[in-house]
Amino acid sequence: MPAAAGSGDAARVREIVDRVYRDDSRRVLATLIRLFGDFDIAEEALHDAFVAALERWPMEGVPGNPRTWLVSAGRFKAIDQLRRRVAFDDRRAELERQIEELSHEEPVIAESGDITDDRLRLVFTCCHPALSPDAQVALTLHTIGGLTTEEIAHAFLVPSPTLAQRIVRAKGKIRDARIPYEIPEAADLPDRVDAVLATLYLIFNEGYSATFGEAVTRADLCGEAIRLARLVVELLPEPEAIGLLAMMLLHDSRRAARTNDAGELVILDEQDRSRWNRSQIREGQELTERALRTRRVGPYAIQAAIAAVHADASSAGETDWAQIVAFYDLLLNMNPSPVVELNRAAAIAMRDGPERGLDLINALLARGELTSYHLAHSARADLLRRLARNDAALAAYAAALELTTQEPERRYIERRIKSLQG
Amino acid sequence: MKYLCLIYDSEAQQARMTREEGGKMMAEYGAFTEAIKKSGHYLGGNPLQPTSTATTVRSRSGKVSTTDGPYAETKEQLGGYYMIEAKDLNDAVQVAARIPAARTGAIEVRPIMVM
Repeated sequence: MPAAAGSGDAARVREIVDRVYRDDSRRVLATLIRLFGDFDIAEEALHDAFVAALERWPMEGVPGNPRTWLVSAGRFKAIDQLRRRVAFDDRRAELERQIEELSHEEPVIAESGDITDDRLRLVFTCCHPALSPDAQVALTLHTIGGLTTEEIAHAFLVPSPTLAQRIVRAKGKIRDARIPYEIPEAADLPDRVDAVLATLYLIFNEGYSATFGEAVTRADLCGEAIRLARLVVELLPEPEAIGLLAMMLLHDSRRAARTNDAGELVILDEQDRSRWNRSQIREGQELTERALRTRRVGPYAIQAAIAAVHADASSAGETDWAQIVAFYDLLLNMNPSPVVELNRAAAIAMRDGPERGLDLINALLARGELTSYHLAHSARADLLRRLARNDAALAAYAAALELTTQEPERRYIERRIKSLQG
Repeated sequence: MKYLCLIYDSEAQQARMTREEGGKMMAEYGAFTEAIKKSGHYLGGNPLQPTSTATTVRSRSGKVSTTDGPYAETKEQLGGYYMIEAKDLNDAVQVAARIPAARTGAIEVRPIMVM
């Protein structure tokens, strides 16, 4: 039943419209994209629908189901737009046929959690492997996350026009190459889910360890990645989706402790663990267990499990390193990679002493794959320092410094060098 | 919707094929073409003579110049094409993935522009 609205309620209605926009605009957009098969028309229709809501809800009252109302209003607005366009377009017959179809078809609006939820189609379309990873990230944040091009450009430190161009090109490819707006068939689903998770992981990582620039973390991107991962878990609770969300939460829980008051980087061993976010840890650990229980464990769930072991320990020394090494063995088995080997070597150094870890890192570097990876040199330097081999440690820190582009990490290494010299 | 599947593969590699291998490849293409005719995807398609037979033509201010060889020198060369009818890009990709050269070279899938 529509709520009664008097003239003094304009401000209250505005508040409601704002809230509906925050909570439901992406879902309305997802449905409009399905109805019109075109991102730009749908975005315009969404905008028009909210303008109409601001005009009419103060007089007519807030509808019982705002989402249905908005889809319906957006649909009428877009059909109007298309009608006006017909007069100027060569493809008149095609457009008229489309309008005819749209005018008669009643939109089906899926309930939340339903596999046919339009937002899930939208996720798969934005993360379609025929789009470049950059384009997937930009389109996902813009269309599903509702971020403006300026916000995304700022977060990724690229000029706004470049980012806007990226989105325009991606939408153009979806339209012109006809990338379908659908949930993949069962046979393709695992690969396609992997592609979606990889995109969310990229967004989280960009926020967590900015490649360039001043800030150690860009919390807004981490928060956005977590929000999107929650959505994917809600729509499609695959073990790896749950694992990825768990991993994000467990890493993000350390955010406050990763930098000190001066904005300097604090490594895991030296973090003030009382500053870790306990509610994120609790949720992350529960999700990790849920992912592990499925017995279809993938790399994200294992990385979450490693982070969960860290979260359990009151200090680096108290950490169950044997368990962490076991998880790295599992990960390596699944996903051989020199970076995972490096992390495993660091864990072995904690379990069996720095000498053992150093042997492994030296062997890794000798293979040549990690010679230009700054963290390999700084991990080696840390072990040499713990063995009191100061000259060798200094040389290794210098090699790491040479390769580091991120400001806070540079300053961290410089502090290490200074303390060894002093 | 129509898509053009451009088949890129290494001519050098193909030139080294034995008669037997060549025959096997022809048979594979034959079977593939039959299959996409049956499924309604096939609109047309042809293999091309090697790039040694290519001529690149330009016309500038009314003056035509011709040069020997393909437009672009690449590691893999355009060796043939299929024109297909597909529901959407996913459908087209599934067809392209079954072209024998997808296993050794690469298939570029391009939607046909509707004029």
